[in-house]
Amino acid sequence: MNNKRKELIVSAISNGTVIDHIPANKLFQVIRILDLEKSDKEVYFGTNLESKKYGRKGIIKISEKYFEANETDKIALVAPTATLIEIRDFEVIRKSTVSIPEHIEKIAKCFNPNCVTNKEQVPTKFKVIKVDGEIKLACHYCEKNTSQNNMVFN
Amino acid sequence: MKNRSLVSINDFSKEEIMQILEIAAEFEKEPHQNLLNGRVIASLFFEPSTRTRLSFESAIQKMGGNVVGFSSAATSSVQKGESLKDTILTVCNYSDLIVMRHPVDGSARYASEVATVPIINAGDGANQHPTQCLLDLYSIKKTQGTLENLEVTFVGDLKYGRTVHSLVIALCQFNTKFHLVSPVELKLPSAVKRHIKEANLLYEQYTDFSEVIPKSDIIYMTRIQRERFPDPLEYEKVKNAYILDNSMLDDSRENCRVLHPLPRVNEISTDVDSNPKAYYFEQALNGVFVRQALIAAILGLK
Repeated sequence: MNNKRKELIVSAISNGTVIDHIPANKLFQVIRILDLEKSDKEVYFGTNLESKKYGRKGIIKISEKYFEANETDKIALVAPTATLIEIRDFEVIRKSTVSIPEHIEKIAKCFNPNCVTNKEQVPTKFKVIKVDGEIKLACHYCEKNTSQNNMVFN
Repeated sequence: MKNRSLVSINDFSKEEIMQILEIAAEFEKEPHQNLLNGRVIASLFFEPSTRTRLSFESAIQKMGGNVVGFSSAATSSVQKGESLKDTILTVCNYSDLIVMRHPVDGSARYASEVATVPIINAGDGANQHPTQCLLDLYSIKKTQGTLENLEVTFVGDLKYGRTVHSLVIALCQFNTKFHLVSPVELKLPSAVKRHIKEANLLYEQYTDFSEVIPKSDIIYMTRIQRERFPDPLEYEKVKNAYILDNSMLDDSRENCRVLHPLPRVNEISTDVDSNPKAYYFEQALNGVFVRQALIAAILGLK
């Protein structure tokens, strides 16, 4: 790959965050859960990019945006392999991997339509569990599990 | 257990469950004990369940307590659009304890978080029905003399039957060997099987009923409902495969007992009723004793 080509794929941002190593098939879900469609900042994204580690990956760059804990929790649930790179003045000031929280509150919806959180004004609460390697949200109220594909975030 | 709510059978430890069963045995010997002495217990049935409601109300009245409440949402303020939280907070002002049945999953847990008095879950949608589980455990202990090391056979709808799920999970604390008999479409969900695996216990799955009867200490029958099958032909194929009749018990163990959460339709032939191994009607009576025990324990009266 020559330098010119590389430049096209990875155009730099001066300030903001790069979310790297998103599983290629999760890119659009990450965009959705972070509500980037409504962002008025510069947003770049690409998917099915070559990755030494993962074969194929997705990447998102958002100008002038640094994520709070509740947002990185969401990213971790959908894209557990993601890396967050914070940039100020073209310099990488922080690089971190996301970590899957043990509990989440309010940010996700329960998949069970008959759950009290979908019937009354009750904020959701989940324990994050792993079943056969897959991340699931165990509802504190109805005790049903929401799998990764069915996760909907508030 | 004083002032604690019972929402899910997992809320109580093995020791606490055993304690409730011991108190229940005291109530069986002496059902009329004026422990409540005029205390008020709310019985909020947001959906009708005559059997469970009467069992609770009988338990309360045998202990000298008074009942306030309603037997369906149609006669409550839900009709006017009141939220569950508001109903619960209001009723807390009038009662020392709330017994609640509600069609929504998780409603009991939520109610226990907003209430200022303890809540006993009398069934929340498809989720939990812990007092049924306690009476099942009591019935097993009473008929077998122990809860430990038994072979328990579950028959019928193991997928949607919440009483089956709760009882399987509770029995995982007692070194049970599980025999699971159901049509392929109605197998025990993997989320429940996970509890068996985590406890390192044995289970076997069958589609044929008869071979497992001689191995069983307890046969727990359930009803297979037509509406569980998207294809009516599939229902027709299995509907008669899981019916217990009296001759099938010929090879059963001497100590074997047949349980059923009731109501029964046709899954146990009526010719079983007079067999001494049939235990489902006594099982229902045991429900009153465990509910008395639970109320007494939660109110700190035993």
